[in-house]
Amino acid sequence: MDALEARFEETIAADQRIEPRDWMPEAYRRTLIRQIAQHAHSEIIGMQPEGNWILRAPSLRRKAILLAKVQDEAGHGLYLYSAAETLGVDREELTEKLIESKQKYSSIFNYPTLSYADIGVIGWLVDGAAICNQVPLCRCSYGPYARAMVRICKEESFHQRQGYELLLAMVHGTIAQREMVQESVDRWWWPSLMMFGPPDADSPNSAQSMAWGIKRHTNDELRQRFVDMTVPQAAALGVTLPDPGLRWNDERGAHDYTQPDWDEFKAVLAGSGPCNAQRLAHRRRAHEDGAWVREAAQAYAEKQAARRLKETAA
Amino acid sequence: MNTHSHTEEQDATNAYQSLAETVGHDDPRWAFGSGVEDVQAEITSPVPDGVDAGELAQYCLMLGDDALICSHRLSEWVSNAPELEEDVALANIALDLLGQARVLLARAGHVEGGQRDEDALAYLRTEAEFHNVALAELGDGLDFARAIARLLLFSTWRLALLQRLLGSRDPVLAAVAGKGVKEVAYHRDHAARWTVRLGDGTPESHRRMQAALEGVWPYVGELFRTSDVERSLAASGVAVDPADVRDEVDAVLDEVLAAATLTRPQRPAIGTIGGRGGRQGLHTEQLGHVLAEMQSLARQHPGATW
Repeated sequence: MDALEARFEETIAADQRIEPRDWMPEAYRRTLIRQIAQHAHSEIIGMQPEGNWILRAPSLRRKAILLAKVQDEAGHGLYLYSAAETLGVDREELTEKLIESKQKYSSIFNYPTLSYADIGVIGWLVDGAAICNQVPLCRCSYGPYARAMVRICKEESFHQRQGYELLLAMVHGTIAQREMVQESVDRWWWPSLMMFGPPDADSPNSAQSMAWGIKRHTNDELRQRFVDMTVPQAAALGVTLPDPGLRWNDERGAHDYTQPDWDEFKAVLAGSGPCNAQRLAHRRRAHEDGAWVREAAQAYAEKQAARRLKETAA
Repeated sequence: MNTHSHTEEQDATNAYQSLAETVGHDDPRWAFGSGVEDVQAEITSPVPDGVDAGELAQYCLMLGDDALICSHRLSEWVSNAPELEEDVALANIALDLLGQARVLLARAGHVEGGQRDEDALAYLRTEAEFHNVALAELGDGLDFARAIARLLLFSTWRLALLQRLLGSRDPVLAAVAGKGVKEVAYHRDHAARWTVRLGDGTPESHRRMQAALEGVWPYVGELFRTSDVERSLAASGVAVDPADVRDEVDAVLDEVLAAATLTRPQRPAIGTIGGRGGRQGLHTEQLGHVLAEMQSLARQHPGATW
């Protein structure tokens, strides 16, 4: 082991931060780029299912909240792409990888939003699961990623509260609204559990990521935490989580629950989810349609720089 | 697991655990971006002396509908913008206008008798009951140049109106103008910068920006056509006569177009039908589609609160 590597290992062992100019093993860099890019892509693709309801939001207050939330997601994508750029890749390159399916995004966004209750349930369950996954990342060993996550987690917990508040209003509303909430919970519960990734036994990259301090808890630990937190909230809402096997286990001090359908998870990951093709086509279209605008901005900036140079010379 | 920062992590998840105690409208941040809370108290201010309540309500609807419908069109850009920064910026502008619309609609509802709130006015009126100008409702077909051309005209015009409304005798209009002037000055600046970048960018962007201006220009004439309500309220110090802002708007546009190396379009203005246009509830074919989408869910659940 050379001195650089020893210093890296010491930093990790002391639970200190690695910064962009520090030496790091190529595999650590690659893992981080993959994970941060995937996270950034998830924010950007995640704008679509929620954006689907902005124009139809049922009150002006709900419209303002949803519009602000989707705007925050674009902002999160920006911070995360910037964090990835500190590792020597650029946003354009990562976007190309996304639209060519060379990098992934969270599978949850391959499910459709079919009712306004989905906006609330995405806030409650999907953002809730994201928070469970992301709070430990605020202590990730890579400094820029950890700092981006601190900011993002604050906003996520706000989003989650808004989602829950929408559901509270709906369950206290009409029968149709209550039914809409239950139907939405039935659809999103299992995909939400999948957000923590495959069971630990099938998660090949986890051990290395934990050793590097990129990951802090196993998939199953985080999933259990999510289930235990969600059960009392579901009771407070008066909705039923669609798992007949869900019950408190006194011995474990935790809830027993049924595993989601991991075959469905693999299928969605492999591209057969209800919206995989739609989400990517949308992103590709927006990116390609915007090419002439980005080229114009670039050309204008170059002209301006040339003009300034000429003025200085004259 | 490292235990030393365990406490920090528990704290962060506490917000999550306390969700079940969350109650509705207790936190002003929950309607962030709307700006409604800032002026909520004033919405119930009395109608100024000598002013016709029906006219004031209608004038609030004119300015409120302009903002609401234009905000809707801008919202169509979310997840469709040419770059992420632009997704953020256009959503931000849409939010500002939505906030202005909410106050103006709430004021209209109060002044007309308090039977209808902002949502009843936004979601339960028909096309003919909307009073926005046609420019606000035009679709841009996700053509970024069209979006910028409309925003440039709309915000230049609206800023000129709001600047004069700072001195309105109606306290709500004055308050909306106070907040709105800062917001719309940013919208205009944003649109002007893009107009210059696109006009003076590449040959393709120049061509597209010029074509976009040609497309929206016929709708400029209506912006300066004074309705009876505006004339009457301008006389009593409540409203602005839009004809009065024409020179100022023209001067700003000329300056931007010159910097952008673009040509001011020479296009005949879209006319009225029997003297009626947007201010009188007579719209383009497009507004019906905007409302069909915007109102669909609210109308499916009469009496529901969200």
